[in-house]
Amino acid sequence: MPKIKLAEKTITQIKEVCAKFNHEEGELINVLHQVQGRLGYLPAEVQEVIARELNMSVAKVYGVVTFYSFFTMLPQGEFPISICMGTACYVRGAEQVLSEFKRQLKIEVGETSADGKFSLSSLRCVGACGLAPVVTVGEKVYGRVSPQQVSKIIAEYQEGCPAESKSA
Amino acid sequence: MEMINLTIDNKSIVVKKGTTILEAAASIGVDIPTLCHMHLHDMNIENKPGGCRVCVVEVKGRRNLAPACCTEATEGMEISSHSIRAINARRTIVELILSDHPSDCLVCAKSGNCELQDLAHHLGIREIHYQGEQSHYREDTSPAIIREMDKCILCRRCETMCNEVQTVGVLSTINRGFEAVVSPAFEMNLDHSSCTYCGQCVAVCPTGALTEVDQTGAVIRALSDPEKTVVVQTAPAVRAALGEEFGLPAGTLVTGKMAAALRRLGFNYVFDTDFAADLTIMEEGTELLERLNKYLAGDQNVKLPILTSCCPAWVKFFEHHFPELKDIPSTARSPQQMFGSIAKTYFADKMQVKRENLVVVSIMPCVAKKYESSREEFSVDGNPDVDYALTTRELAQLINLANIDFKSLPDEEFDQPLGESTGAGVIFGTTGGVIEAAVRTAYEVQTGKSLDRLDFEELRGMEGLRKATIDFDGLPINIGIAHGLGNARKLLEEIKNGKSEFHAIEIMSCPGGCIGGGGQPYHHGNVEILKKRQKALYAEDQSKTIRKSHENPYIKKLYEEFLGEPLSDKAHHLLHTEYFDRS
Repeated sequence: MPKIKLAEKTITQIKEVCAKFNHEEGELINVLHQVQGRLGYLPAEVQEVIARELNMSVAKVYGVVTFYSFFTMLPQGEFPISICMGTACYVRGAEQVLSEFKRQLKIEVGETSADGKFSLSSLRCVGACGLAPVVTVGEKVYGRVSPQQVSKIIAEYQEGCPAESKSA
Repeated sequence: MEMINLTIDNKSIVVKKGTTILEAAASIGVDIPTLCHMHLHDMNIENKPGGCRVCVVEVKGRRNLAPACCTEATEGMEISSHSIRAINARRTIVELILSDHPSDCLVCAKSGNCELQDLAHHLGIREIHYQGEQSHYREDTSPAIIREMDKCILCRRCETMCNEVQTVGVLSTINRGFEAVVSPAFEMNLDHSSCTYCGQCVAVCPTGALTEVDQTGAVIRALSDPEKTVVVQTAPAVRAALGEEFGLPAGTLVTGKMAAALRRLGFNYVFDTDFAADLTIMEEGTELLERLNKYLAGDQNVKLPILTSCCPAWVKFFEHHFPELKDIPSTARSPQQMFGSIAKTYFADKMQVKRENLVVVSIMPCVAKKYESSREEFSVDGNPDVDYALTTRELAQLINLANIDFKSLPDEEFDQPLGESTGAGVIFGTTGGVIEAAVRTAYEVQTGKSLDRLDFEELRGMEGLRKATIDFDGLPINIGIAHGLGNARKLLEEIKNGKSEFHAIEIMSCPGGCIGGGGQPYHHGNVEILKKRQKALYAEDQSKTIRKSHENPYIKKLYEEFLGEPLSDKAHHLLHTEYFDRS
């Protein structure tokens, strides 16, 4: 994979997080969580800095990053779309909704659209089973989504960020 | 000490608190099968993730079966090690493992040495009742080690060796569930990682997932090429282990039979790396004394301790992890490379053979030697000093291929001039041996006196970290010894922090030194085998008339005819090297 060069500022940010957790190996998951929170994703170069700061092997860091589906090594789109594939959503047609998102955005789960706007992920139960099937875009939750509604949801975000998606 | 009473297969037994069911059973001769478990006693190396569940036993009153390797014995336990329930569970587990394992045993490099194959045989598996998805990973070939992860059973022994024992940290389990695999970070190839090629992962892998690069075919081609003169060198530790491949007890010295077998395989000259080990002592020992005397004279710039540099995995380790210390190890090349260099200059000239027509093959207890021989600095115009480095196991394979009845071979001698060695050269194969050989020569050169004892018991043993002070006629020399890279790391940290008390340190990457090398016959976790190999090398040393490197007559001749003196310009050019920052 092509190497990216991390900005000094980014490296400082990562180091700050590691310092906050006393550079303890046992805090790896917390460190990864916070670093991803700040940077949006955990590319190889970021994992290398974390490994050095926590004095552990980068293979172990990578092992943890790949174990938890929450962590991602790919940059997220401006609007991360998640489709709930929990039992309730699944039986009410989440798979068809997901297929429609894939088809329209021309990306697979875990990928980001070429324009950097959307990324697609599936998750397990957001705790809103009454609204199944559920889709979230950023912090905004859409309930009882049908495949027909997919293009409308995408369109909402095509021209920048609608005000309600932030407040929801 | 609290004691625990229990019964295993109706036999009463008393064990110390903390003893596992597996250990308790072994103590009364009940052999519970295991697969992922590995325990190298005396070395503090244990792998017991309890992952494979092959060692399950039935415990009365307990609902589920208990994994014997990681369940502690408790008071009053009644264990049945081979109840029908336990046996059926084991068979199901092995069948499930086999359902995701390539069935190419007949052509697998590990066939005959595979613990999974043995277990399936042991349990009488004749049919696999499960069919499902199979894992497919790309094969990863490096200069020394091949990873074929389709054959991995996730026992994680390699991970234990790589991380806990060697602290190299290249291998880790990544992904989860069915996708889980042991891999370097970011699934990069081994040759892009900081792998040292120590081969301890290969040494402990129960299946064919990790094996060495097979160079036997190339050697056979060289041997059948009439244009080529093919010479072979054999490392010290090989002679103490090769016999095991032919059913001889561990610790049987087969030096003479090995020379005979190599001659029958068609090598034109059968030489000994021990000769080059003596040469290494001349160069490394002189370098040690030069640095030491400068230091004693008050030179502030001189760096001590001096570290040995015979072990290619150790060299790669400090190049990756301690590049700031790269001017501390001796610049002397390893015996394998000194041999190659001398063979392709001094010997080739003597025989009037052109460099490109001389093929140097080495037999090594090591997989890292394959990598070492491929390092660019050890070649001239693209022609390597050592063409092929076979492991002890590969030599056994060649001997089998040529239908040689190894056990009935007569004892034969090495050829000259590169086959003569001293007892000092022989002990290079065990932890403590290189530094003992160096002491024997350095003492006499430094003091001008003759040693009245040659056995430095204080330098011997199996402890991972050892230290001793040797009296150089009033001058105390502090010596450190480490085997296993995790132990080496501790000494390097001390040096980095300016806290090292040593003048000289010997480092070998593999537990036990070369006798426990990654290319040796598989010991399957039995440390006693390593101890017997070690004993064999000291016995060969004892049996030699000449036991000090500087008294080797052919070494003396080599300096007279060719090199001049230790550390001469020519010696520097041919026998020394430089190190690189690979961090």
